[in-house]
Amino acid sequence: MPKSKSAYSTPTKKQKSETYIFVVWVDNEAGVLARVVGLFSGRGYNIESLAVAEVDAIKNISRITIVTTGTPQVIEQIRLQLTKLVPVHKVAEFKREDKGVIFKEMALFKVVGKRNKIDKCLNACKKFNPVILDETKSSAVIQITALRREIDKMNKKLKPLGLISTSRTGAVAMTRGAKIFN
Amino acid sequence: MPKLLTGAEIVFKCLEDQKVEHIFGYPGGAVLPIYDELKNHPSIKHILVRHEQGAGHAAEGYARSSGKPGVVLVTSGPGATNVVTALTDAYMDSVPLVCISGQVPTHLIGTDAFQECDTTGITRPCTKHNWLVKDINDLSKVMHEAFKVATTGRPGPVLIDIPKDIQFAKAKYKKPNKEKKLNGKSHNKFSQDQIDELVKLLSKAKKPIIYSGGGVINSGPKASQALREFVELTGFPITSTLQGLGAYPGDDNQFLGMLGMHGTYEANNAMHDCDLLINIGARFDDRITGKIDEFSPNSKKVHIDIDPSSINKIIKVDLAIVGDVTSVISKINKTIAKRKNGHSKSNKSNIAKWWEQIEKWREKDSLNFVNSDESIKPQHAVQRLYELTKNKDTYVTTEVGQHQMWAAQHYKFNKPNRWMTSGGLGTMGYGLPAAVGVQIAHPEKLVIDIAGEASVLMTMQEMSTAVQYNLPIKIFILNNQYMGMVRQWQELLHEKNYSESYSEALPDFMKMAEAYGCKGIKADNPDDLDDKIQEMIDYAGPVIFDCHVDPNENCFPMIPSGKPHNQMILGPNDQEDNKIKGKGKALV
Repeated sequence: MPKSKSAYSTPTKKQKSETYIFVVWVDNEAGVLARVVGLFSGRGYNIESLAVAEVDAIKNISRITIVTTGTPQVIEQIRLQLTKLVPVHKVAEFKREDKGVIFKEMALFKVVGKRNKIDKCLNACKKFNPVILDETKSSAVIQITALRREIDKMNKKLKPLGLISTSRTGAVAMTRGAKIFN
Repeated sequence: MPKLLTGAEIVFKCLEDQKVEHIFGYPGGAVLPIYDELKNHPSIKHILVRHEQGAGHAAEGYARSSGKPGVVLVTSGPGATNVVTALTDAYMDSVPLVCISGQVPTHLIGTDAFQECDTTGITRPCTKHNWLVKDINDLSKVMHEAFKVATTGRPGPVLIDIPKDIQFAKAKYKKPNKEKKLNGKSHNKFSQDQIDELVKLLSKAKKPIIYSGGGVINSGPKASQALREFVELTGFPITSTLQGLGAYPGDDNQFLGMLGMHGTYEANNAMHDCDLLINIGARFDDRITGKIDEFSPNSKKVHIDIDPSSINKIIKVDLAIVGDVTSVISKINKTIAKRKNGHSKSNKSNIAKWWEQIEKWREKDSLNFVNSDESIKPQHAVQRLYELTKNKDTYVTTEVGQHQMWAAQHYKFNKPNRWMTSGGLGTMGYGLPAAVGVQIAHPEKLVIDIAGEASVLMTMQEMSTAVQYNLPIKIFILNNQYMGMVRQWQELLHEKNYSESYSEALPDFMKMAEAYGCKGIKADNPDDLDDKIQEMIDYAGPVIFDCHVDPNENCFPMIPSGKPHNQMILGPNDQEDNKIKGKGKALV
């Protein structure tokens, strides 16, 4: 082993990282997103995607959905550290593979080209509830909802068919059945 | 209709209702309305520091030595940025601070106005929580919540940023609401089952050790009392982190001394070889654990902590008890006592062999050093200081570096809240202003800052504060002309390339004392040391004591980086031994 030339120990072997989704209920106040995001960057956690909006205007509650990767130990730390933040009410986390939870992202595709190309695009998107939000003779804006990887795939697939711009959201999540997160 | 008060009046109303007696601060444009209001509140005394960092550390010393939150008042911009070091320090060491900062008027926020900075943005990662008060009607609620957040659970610093127009605006004052829960974040989450499980582990253990930390101090004097009872009931050996010193008497036979990088041989070996490790209010800091993979490899680990996020953060434990140390230990003591009444089988006989082993480690006498009658050895200086002050109820602060470790090793604390040091952040320049704060909280007590000459120069200006308020603090400088700990690491790891760790031009501390208007004492001869220390203790005002020590002394024992607890480097005596046996090389 090479001699450590520092006052700190050398890193030890790491466990395997996995993808998790965190759902965080917070007071909708100035700076609250910065607190949550700052916790992630400050402690070296990873954010793959982020979605946030107010969900209860009377109680003033926002719901933040964060997709992250980490070892089980890091994931536990993220939950405990989030819980410590003063404006945080509740934290739920689950694995991406969790069958009891639905999660979805939305994407908008702008396609420019002849009608037949746009039709091809729509056809390719068929599985992901495509909605045409805007249409001209030579362009269309198509909305789809799907999983992250599916959107990645569509993004690639539509490029040769005239896709010139993509806009997409972070993932949002909801439990299946009558159960809610707690 | 109730009387409307200005924001500045509301600030003081809140401070009065929170029973604040002292605030440490420095005025400036954006806090002038609050300073203007100071004269109307005689129960609150303001201590004018010379730099806002000093205000923060003084408030830390005040808080750590008294158990009450420290209050800081600074202006916007540079006032706020100067206090960031102290806030971070308090955050790392869990010290309750409430910092009030002025801000430019709300309509100028975001315009790069004079002395504007994004104070809440800058301090977000170094406070438990912070608030920018943009509506005067929120002010009383925020102030009271700030005290609650700072002092409950794991304590820490908070900051309230108050724009100048809010300080002038008027609103009704609201008294603190006692019922309010912080989003239902309760702190005692343990059950009797967990206590029973721990007691079972206690009775089975053959090689147990208790490792206590700053959480015991933070939990209040009752926690130390409960800890002492627990140690007596079990007969277990106990070691302590840097921050936990004083929770258990330093001169007691069951105390193995401090553990960790510069801990004793017996404490670290006991941590490594134990079969039951009980962590009470400590956080498995990297200065404590050494190499994680080889940390206490064969033990069941129990962690008692008020902060759930401390559990399993570094070291996976077998039993976690989340709660306030006082409540948890008291519950354990009661449970043990109950069991003992049933059948008086004690497990003290189980651990007799363990104690024999510990005594063998103790024989190494790992804190030893080669004394000299020509130059003052720094360890000797601390030992003499201890011997000459141990019969007084002495409060000790330190700066950061070798002198800090020597103080921790050779000064023995018997009571909690007597030892104030920057452990987590390791802030050079902490000790002098902290001593100011301690002396404010305990005007009649002897307060000593065991300092290094490099550290103390970082906040030396606070001597002026000490002189202004006639605070008889004693600055005991172990002057070796080096940033000693830096030099020690360079010696061990960087082939003695002492890059920039020698101070070429040090001030004459005697003249400096004179310039500040306090007493200067210089010692460079071991024969005079006791007399000079006595002179320092007897002097009624502040003293700068320039103790010239052997510049080449290193702090031993130590665990080199990346090594487990049982591979310590010992002092010069043992290194000779090791060389003879041909083992010395392996240890370095």
